[in-house]
Amino acid sequence: MASAAKRAPAKKADAKPGTNPTTPKPVEFNKQQELDAYRAMLLIRRFEEKAGQLYGMGFIGGFCHLYIGQEAVVTGLKMSLIEGDQMITGYRDHGHMLAMDMSARGVMAELTGRKGGLSKGKGGSMHMFSKEKHFYGGHGIVGAQVSLGTGLAFANKYRKNNNVALAFFGDGAANQGQVYESFNMAALWKLPVIYVIENNRYAMGTAVSRSSAETDFSHRGISFKIPGIQVDGMDVRAVKAAADLATEWCRSGKGPIILEMLTYRYRGHSMSDPAKYRTKEEVQKMRSEHDPIEQVKARLFEKKWASEEELKEIDKEVRDIVADAVDFAQTDPEPDASELWTDITL
Amino acid sequence: MPRKTMIEAIRDGLDVMMERDKRVVVYGEDVGYFGGVFRCTAGLQAKYGKERCFDAPINESGIVGTAIGMAAYGLRPCVEIQFADYMYPAYDQLTQEASRLRYRSAGDFTCPLVVRMPTGGGIFGGQTHSQSPEALFTHVAGLKVVVPSNPVDAKGLLIAAIEDPDPVIILEPKRLYNGPFDGHHDRPVTSWSKHELGEVPDGHYVVPLGKALIRRPGAAVTVLAYGTMVHVALAAAEETGIDAEVIDLRTLVPLDLDTIVESVKKTGRCVVIHEATMTSGYGAELVTLVQENCFYHLEAPVARVAGWDTPYPHAQEWDYFPGPARVGRALIETMEA
Ligand SMILES: Cc1ncc(C[n+]2csc(CCOP(=O)(O)OP(=O)(O)O)c2C)c(N)n1
Ligand SMILES: [Mg+2]
Repeated sequence: MASAAKRAPAKKADAKPGTNPTTPKPVEFNKQQELDAYRAMLLIRRFEEKAGQLYGMGFIGGFCHLYIGQEAVVTGLKMSLIEGDQMITGYRDHGHMLAMDMSARGVMAELTGRKGGLSKGKGGSMHMFSKEKHFYGGHGIVGAQVSLGTGLAFANKYRKNNNVALAFFGDGAANQGQVYESFNMAALWKLPVIYVIENNRYAMGTAVSRSSAETDFSHRGISFKIPGIQVDGMDVRAVKAAADLATEWCRSGKGPIILEMLTYRYRGHSMSDPAKYRTKEEVQKMRSEHDPIEQVKARLFEKKWASEEELKEIDKEVRDIVADAVDFAQTDPEPDASELWTDITL
Repeated sequence: MPRKTMIEAIRDGLDVMMERDKRVVVYGEDVGYFGGVFRCTAGLQAKYGKERCFDAPINESGIVGTAIGMAAYGLRPCVEIQFADYMYPAYDQLTQEASRLRYRSAGDFTCPLVVRMPTGGGIFGGQTHSQSPEALFTHVAGLKVVVPSNPVDAKGLLIAAIEDPDPVIILEPKRLYNGPFDGHHDRPVTSWSKHELGEVPDGHYVVPLGKALIRRPGAAVTVLAYGTMVHVALAAAEETGIDAEVIDLRTLVPLDLDTIVESVKKTGRCVVIHEATMTSGYGAELVTLVQENCFYHLEAPVARVAGWDTPYPHAQEWDYFPGPARVGRALIETMEA
């Protein structure tokens, strides 16, 4: 399978040789890692497919941004984290929450606006949190989370806890001014933050080339002396390798780092997007040649690490989790009217 | 006369002005190639080229900031902020730069800038896609603030705004884009094609800034409303049978105080409604003005119906939204007071 990272070849890192990291080779996964990655990505895929269906049936209203196609990014990154590392992201957040082990029921019920939703129906698709799982949201305002993630990293450094904050944002979000304010502070204060730029080529209906002067997002930190690498975000092993490098970079006190994940969203931006700004062929090509889940599956078969039956077993397990979440999200009661007035200020 | 949705009317207004005035440029997020997420700029890039209708990166501060510079040197930028909820990064530019360019240069420079932004709720947008921030603009000296409630006004006010020499913020109630939503979310919305206010004249015409319109003449109580709430107020009057005089303010700054005062002096009662949160909302200003100007004519306290002082909820949209039942209750109470 051709590497998706090849489509925008990284230019040579500018700084002194030996100081800046370069894109590492994909990690060789052992059997357990392949199976774990397969299951984690499949859970996101099936969850999102169901969310899309519930939306179509009218159980979910408003906005709902699916992560289908991008599963390898959050899955590979999560594999390198230690307890206490934080994630914060934008509104395309369901995958991140599932990767952080937040309950599928809680996420789905938030989508349907029920009492048992992670934000008790107050937040919806774009706004969910979990202190316990170190997930800091779910943010509907493009770019806002980047500064917040930088602040999380400051708190990590202040507390000397050896933790790293992962601030995720898109190719479109990368043009917001506060991103660069954050870069400067993070580099100045040597904060342990990984800026994960999920470059899925589009910001809504606008292709990267229509909105960005520098389309190699790994270079966006150059004037702040923040190193960046481009990663094949469709290959979970490549993501894991980059995640190992980046977490090590941050934990050893070298400050921030940028990981540009070359990825792709298969579905429309939100649910009501006819996606006329790209061709069906383009989508089909990514699906058939780069699908993150199919890649793992192919390797599992090739190495004879799993049979069809064994993968079906995982499939079933995942489908059961999702079915349970769907059931919960449809039957859980709506929040009590009194909830309208809670959690505003004390 | 052709019937148009509010979206088509706005597009038509932009088209008319781009055609007439080469200084007009239109840009914003997804505005050029894609034609805008609500389609208000569809076809304009194809017609006028990428130099006059184009995409901006996602950076609201940059969009408005550059537009101010363009305006200062004689262009007539009309920019779109995709949702009013995204305007906050641009708020600094609007309040500190756009609003005061005329004042700080003692009239040497002006800022003929238009910023359009979809406002309000009713689309399950939750807290980051439903806000009504008009009071944040009316509070700033030097900004004009417009809220259309129908297609024919939307076009005429837009043209007036583009021709105005000062910065104008147009808050377009997104729930009205396709039809006159009256708050009855469980009923199908009639489309503008079946509504007389969907009749939008071709070509150039102006609805002047600062002129309110009496949508429903009445003798019992004056209702001051704008945007979506105009239609809610009409529904509430209908359903309670109270002979309310419903005034569509159309522009909040400049405000048509004369029309308001004349009406309240006639009815002796007044209800002020808006979708935005109550505290320090624009309604507070309206109530004060009514009190200052009509005190001796009032037979009841001036009532307010507004969004609750909470963030806009996801799950409980219709508990938040001040629909016809809540407005109707206020009408009854004001009549009984
Ligand atoms: C401040 C702000 N501006 C605009 C938007 C509207 N908006 C939501 S998502 C989006 C596109 C973002 O694209 P990207 O950062 O590439 O992320 P992706 O959707 O591709 O994951 C836009 C313009 C917003 N939510 N907030
Ligand atoms: Mg994107």
